[in-house]
Amino acid sequence: MARAPHPQEVHAPVWWWRARFRRPASPGDWVFQTIALLAALSLVGLLVAMTLYLLNAAWPAVTRFGLGFLTSSTWDPVQEVFGALPAVYGTLLTSAIAMLVAIPVSLGVAIFLAELAPPWLRAPASFLVEMLAAIPSVVLGLWGLFVMVPVIRDPVERWLGSSLGFLPLFQGPPFGVGFLAGGLILAIMALPIITAVARDTLAAVPSSQREAMLALGATRWEAISRAVLPYARSGIVAAGILGLGRALGETMAVTMVIGNGYQVTARLFAPGNTMASKIATEFNEASGDLYIGSLVELALVLFAITLMVNVVGRLLVRWTVAKARVGGQ
Amino acid sequence: MQETRKTTKLPSNMALVAAGLAAIVLALVAACGGAGPTPTGTQVGQQPTPTTTPSGSQSTIRLNGAGATFPFPLYSRWFDEYARVAKTQVNYQSIGSGGGIRQVTEGTVDFGASDGIMTNDQQAKAEQAHGPILHIPMTMGAVAVVYNLQGIGAGQVKLTPDVLADIYLKKITRWSDSRIAQLNPGLNLSNQDIAVVHRSDGSGTTFIFTNYLSKVSQEWKEKVGNATAVNWPGDIGGQGNEGVAGQVRQIPGTIGYVELAYATQNNMAWAALQNASSKFVEPSLQATSKAALGVPLPDDMKVMITNSTNPEAYSIAGFTWLLVYRNQTDCTKGKALVDVLWWAIHDGQQYAPSLQYAPLPDDAVRKAEAQIRSVTCNGQPLLGR
Repeated sequence: MARAPHPQEVHAPVWWWRARFRRPASPGDWVFQTIALLAALSLVGLLVAMTLYLLNAAWPAVTRFGLGFLTSSTWDPVQEVFGALPAVYGTLLTSAIAMLVAIPVSLGVAIFLAELAPPWLRAPASFLVEMLAAIPSVVLGLWGLFVMVPVIRDPVERWLGSSLGFLPLFQGPPFGVGFLAGGLILAIMALPIITAVARDTLAAVPSSQREAMLALGATRWEAISRAVLPYARSGIVAAGILGLGRALGETMAVTMVIGNGYQVTARLFAPGNTMASKIATEFNEASGDLYIGSLVELALVLFAITLMVNVVGRLLVRWTVAKARVGGQ
Repeated sequence: MQETRKTTKLPSNMALVAAGLAAIVLALVAACGGAGPTPTGTQVGQQPTPTTTPSGSQSTIRLNGAGATFPFPLYSRWFDEYARVAKTQVNYQSIGSGGGIRQVTEGTVDFGASDGIMTNDQQAKAEQAHGPILHIPMTMGAVAVVYNLQGIGAGQVKLTPDVLADIYLKKITRWSDSRIAQLNPGLNLSNQDIAVVHRSDGSGTTFIFTNYLSKVSQEWKEKVGNATAVNWPGDIGGQGNEGVAGQVRQIPGTIGYVELAYATQNNMAWAALQNASSKFVEPSLQATSKAALGVPLPDDMKVMITNSTNPEAYSIAGFTWLLVYRNQTDCTKGKALVDVLWWAIHDGQQYAPSLQYAPLPDDAVRKAEAQIRSVTCNGQPLLGR
């Protein structure tokens, strides 16, 4: 972490600019660079334009509710009082459940595919996992509603309620639809992404790492856990971040199984809502600047949270890389 | 490391540029060579067609409307049938009542549609830009209260308005509650939790339902109120009628509300509701039409007929309206529109019952006729009768 930065990195932008643009190059190079630069700038421009548009549409709600928008739990279209807390809570809670379930499972699948599976099984199994990512979310949502939710209601929730019911997490009537169902469907959706990326990073670990470990007399498990996984750590973290990104923004499937309540509660069986599903279900019929503004502000909050997760994710990846480098030296 | 990377990158960069340039050149060649002769060919072939179509008044007039999803099956049937008898093609988008009101306010459609009455604010905003907006009734619908109780069928559970309101207020939370048991002495109701299901999207169905609850329960009126979307005291939301129906069918002990047409088509068990004359009535088309009888209908037809005093009426019923600009700006389109409206409230009504909508009662038809007659273009009434 405390690595002294290379001088070139400090002046990176200046150096980069000079190398690419100040040095007279052939006209073809110049044209290509300009086009590429414009493409890059248009992306930034789009982001800025979107933010400005959202801010503008959300302005009535921003000025009316201020920061209270984030701490209030009321969503009352009749009185025109809107608060985002239950939706923010629902998004974070379901994403947390999803990560808790998806990361261990997909890591296991990735290790199996990259390290343990016999070669003839590798390709078809990887293909199947990737197929899972190709299922449209509305189809997954339907499956969730008609197949997964009844199973969650009985036996999962009934059993959790009767055996672990002393925990506030597992209290209340088992509806089937709710935070738990929302989190699990998100886990299924995040799983293929995390698996695919993690498997690729594991496959990219040089064989010399494994061979060295095995040559020292390590078992298969030791080789994987001490040599392969640490080497691929940053890639695995990045895989998790990608999965989390998907979980945070996913709308359709969650809407169908989360129950569309609006509350902040520790009870996982309770119907809840996420920001994305709140926007999706209510935007069509919303009337009045304040109502629409509140939904748009919800989008803005979701935008900010996704951005924050990405920034934190980047930092995490950089930090694990730095740590690995320090460890390596 | 970095040095070697630089040197290896350079060729690949150049290769990319080369590939890109090659692609552009190829595309240009293809565009010039391949696409050249074809358009002239089609132009020649298509020339006869445009010369025949714009021949005076015979051309097809296109009207665009958008709004309520509830009457969509009926409207699409109507506009389909109407296109056969007149040269008017109506394109109706079922984007929801709220969307319909918004589109009318923005002036992006020729007419809107809604299951709810526009609020004073909404109406003022729209009228500022486009002049008076009429609510012309088209048909009637009812909202059925449906439940999922093992072994208990349609019409077997009897509910009073205050019990229904208290269930939705989450004050009655079990089916074995003494107030429900009192109404249903013959039924074996278990100690099950009542899971209350509501619409999660804004909806005209919710508007009618909450309008009814606001009329029969003071507490509901104060705490929750009447709108297309409200702050629900409880439980589960489902998107659309199918979402609510799906939840009710799946989860034991649920109660929900869906359009009568939807409940009928899906054989759902519905409650018999005590009406304002203290009679228990099951939802049906006749009971829906009855709701508009014996209630004074105002000339502007902006009336909610929930909790009707007619002894045979089902309590949760309502009109659905088309929202029409009284001052039309395009006289050709305006004339076509009033003709469609006139046809819909007369000839069109015969299609309603088979699609589970209740035909307008005579009184409502008279009021609608008067409204259609009041539509003008440049100050001249458009309807020639």
